[in-house]
Amino acid sequence: MALLQIHEPGETPLPHEDERQIAVGIDLGTTNSVVAISRDEKPEVLRDKSGGNAIVPSVVYYGEDTPVVGEAARDYINTDASRVVSSVKRLMGRGIEDVKSLAGTLPYHVEVPEKSDGDAADQMAEPMMVRLNVGDRVLTPVEVSADILRALRARAEESLEQTVEKAVITVPAYFDDGARTATKDAAKLAGIEVLRLVNEPTAAALAYGLDNGAEGLYAVYDLGGGTFDISLLKMQKGVFQVKATGGDAALGGDDFDHAIAEHLLSKRKDGGATDELDASDAKRLLKVARKVKEGLTDLDTVEVVVDLNGSETSHEVTRSDFEAMIAKLVSRTTAITEQVLDDADVMPEDVKGVVLVGGSTRVPAVRKAVADLFEQEPLSNIDPDEVVALGAALQAEALTGGSDNLLLDVTPLSLGLETMGGIVEKVIDRNTPIPVAKGQEFTTYQDGQSAMMIHVVQGEREMVDQCRSLARFVLTGIPSMAAGAARIRVQFNVDADGLLTVSAREETTGVEQEVAVKPTYGINEMDMANMLRDSMVHAREDMTLRLLTEARVEAKRNILAVHAAMEADRALLTPEDDKNIADAIAKLEATMAGDDRDAINEAAEALETASRPFAESRMDSRIRQALTGQNVDAVN
Amino acid sequence: MSNTGTEKQTGTPKHPAHNVCWSCKGPVDARALFCDTCNAIQPPGQLDHFTRFGLEPSFIVDIDAIEATYLKQQQLLHPDRFASKSGREQALSSQQAASLNEAFETLKNPVARAHYMMRLSGHEPEGGEGHTVNDPELLMEAMEMREALDDADNRAAVDAIVKDTRQQARACEKDLADAFEKDAFDDAKKLTTRLRYLMKMTEEARAKKSRLAAA
Repeated sequence: MALLQIHEPGETPLPHEDERQIAVGIDLGTTNSVVAISRDEKPEVLRDKSGGNAIVPSVVYYGEDTPVVGEAARDYINTDASRVVSSVKRLMGRGIEDVKSLAGTLPYHVEVPEKSDGDAADQMAEPMMVRLNVGDRVLTPVEVSADILRALRARAEESLEQTVEKAVITVPAYFDDGARTATKDAAKLAGIEVLRLVNEPTAAALAYGLDNGAEGLYAVYDLGGGTFDISLLKMQKGVFQVKATGGDAALGGDDFDHAIAEHLLSKRKDGGATDELDASDAKRLLKVARKVKEGLTDLDTVEVVVDLNGSETSHEVTRSDFEAMIAKLVSRTTAITEQVLDDADVMPEDVKGVVLVGGSTRVPAVRKAVADLFEQEPLSNIDPDEVVALGAALQAEALTGGSDNLLLDVTPLSLGLETMGGIVEKVIDRNTPIPVAKGQEFTTYQDGQSAMMIHVVQGEREMVDQCRSLARFVLTGIPSMAAGAARIRVQFNVDADGLLTVSAREETTGVEQEVAVKPTYGINEMDMANMLRDSMVHAREDMTLRLLTEARVEAKRNILAVHAAMEADRALLTPEDDKNIADAIAKLEATMAGDDRDAINEAAEALETASRPFAESRMDSRIRQALTGQNVDAVN
Repeated sequence: MSNTGTEKQTGTPKHPAHNVCWSCKGPVDARALFCDTCNAIQPPGQLDHFTRFGLEPSFIVDIDAIEATYLKQQQLLHPDRFASKSGREQALSSQQAASLNEAFETLKNPVARAHYMMRLSGHEPEGGEGHTVNDPELLMEAMEMREALDDADNRAAVDAIVKDTRQQARACEKDLADAFEKDAFDDAKKLTTRLRYLMKMTEEARAKKSRLAAA
């Protein structure tokens, strides 16, 4: 092994063979999911054993045995529909209140958890996460998503013939903080380390951009099963910069299916049928509706037979019937698109290309609406069902193996705080590039006020109750002061995954409190631990292993840094220090070969002690140089 | 962790010549992004937004040139470049990228840039949240613009307003640059408030245009 590794600042050195771990890209969709791998910037989707389908329907069947995922689960809709869960992504990070507004559009029964008496009085109690009644089980959307992720992981491991523990997972750009956290939690349950959450349209752009060497302004119109996203990206010299993004987290092809299903029901009613649908009937009817929708992509008319409650009726649905049913939904997407163009101060004709993503963009009326808006034919030479996973795989490769390309993403929604009168004070505006750190100062409004409620919200509206509540916490221990005298600084940090951490600090005394916004609708750590245990994932071993790996990485960096310093200032190195340092390095390297994390950390500390005199003489020497005016400003 | 205390550096000289590199413990230039000895990423420090891009403070900026520097630095500093590095390096990269984003966002927007320049030279801009503006001329002008926008009931009429407010905003930016050039901070304050109104009006007019389009 070479003593010294030299690389350009910021350039990630290639990990050593033993550390090199494969990372996949996962598109965890509402209707379908796809897993892909990229090598040498050539991404490919991973297919099932027979080499056939890349798509795994995001459907899980909970029978007596282990959960069944994908096409096989979908087949149970005809025989055992009450145990089949689909479109669970629509519930990720959602609370009971949200689900009430979706009532009637969900093909399964949602459990409303009962709060214990103690909770009801407690303002700070976290609203409960949605739970689903599936057969005799009660499941959270996070658990169901984890089952889908496990199936994707298994497919990847089978296809690549090696363990896969790392992934880039895509989320709709418009996913709020709660839904992002829920997605990360699901991955954790499935034993997957999320390298990065990447926005779906951004991933799609990456797949297109690298493929076509695109430069300029591009729009990505992504209409999936349950979510709509529109993003505007500027691509230049390997940098993919998201300029603006918008969308609707509850608008997609599922809604087209519902429109058709309602149409069929009303036709049956006209014919005198009275249908009382239970959850199983609804699922079967939606399955029929989806077939109609898919048929109308190529045909002008589709004949369909509906068999409910023992009465069979046949219907004819024309493409223009269908287009009338969905016209409102489609124009909602174009209105949001215009808003995003406005946000970025861009005219439709400035857009060089439009990328279509998501199965719902196969609907001819959707394509036509997009083409009309941008006055150009959209690009679709990459399969719209696979393009997001391909982009995620490219990003996974970039994060593990290094890359010349860079994604610069933005916050999809404004983040703010509740102030007097329930008004939202925005701290971070939507479309701000991430990572971002921003603070705002507040003060007390009562003499002697000792605590302050910090209520974090997300959304564009002015009033708190019209935005999504992300977290509430209380800054306590504010010393007694006159109203307006305290200086409370609330700091918002959004990381590269788009996840928010908020801290509050009273500046005059330094009293501080911090919360990772594990939002109201996420899962708390206790639930998480229980789920990990339940699902037989060896959480403790994973954790120990991660800490050991981190200790080794840190120790290696330490050794490289000392070597570099010795190389740079060898003249300042006394023979004694040289020997001490060499001994300490040898000891550290010996412990690194073992599995004892404490021993590694101890040896690392010993190295630091051994090299301290040398470091001090380097500092002294530089200061002397500066004092004698010899210093040359280092290149910035 | 020593790097979390960077805000306490105010009061010491603006650019101390050297810091101690957290990684190799040797000397490192206070403005360096990476240690020239061991290559470790450094904390962002307390550079002003102009210095971060190698510029002298001035209201007149070449945004394209700044963007080019911004992208070049993000290529080196963004957390995606540190995904396989230690937790400490990842945290520093996140701080660096956030500082860079803040600097670019501030300089890009003329009103934010003007506010920032005033604060740099110790002047508090007027018309922040909660402060009232008492320039009767400006208030009258704003009222007239708002009435005109309320009366505009078709896209062409709104378009004309957008064009007009944009033109006025551009002229206002020129006056503002002159004011900063002459260190005329009182004028700069007033002009910044006017620019803020003009930009807000442009935004509202654009929003109205898309509402008319959607209807």
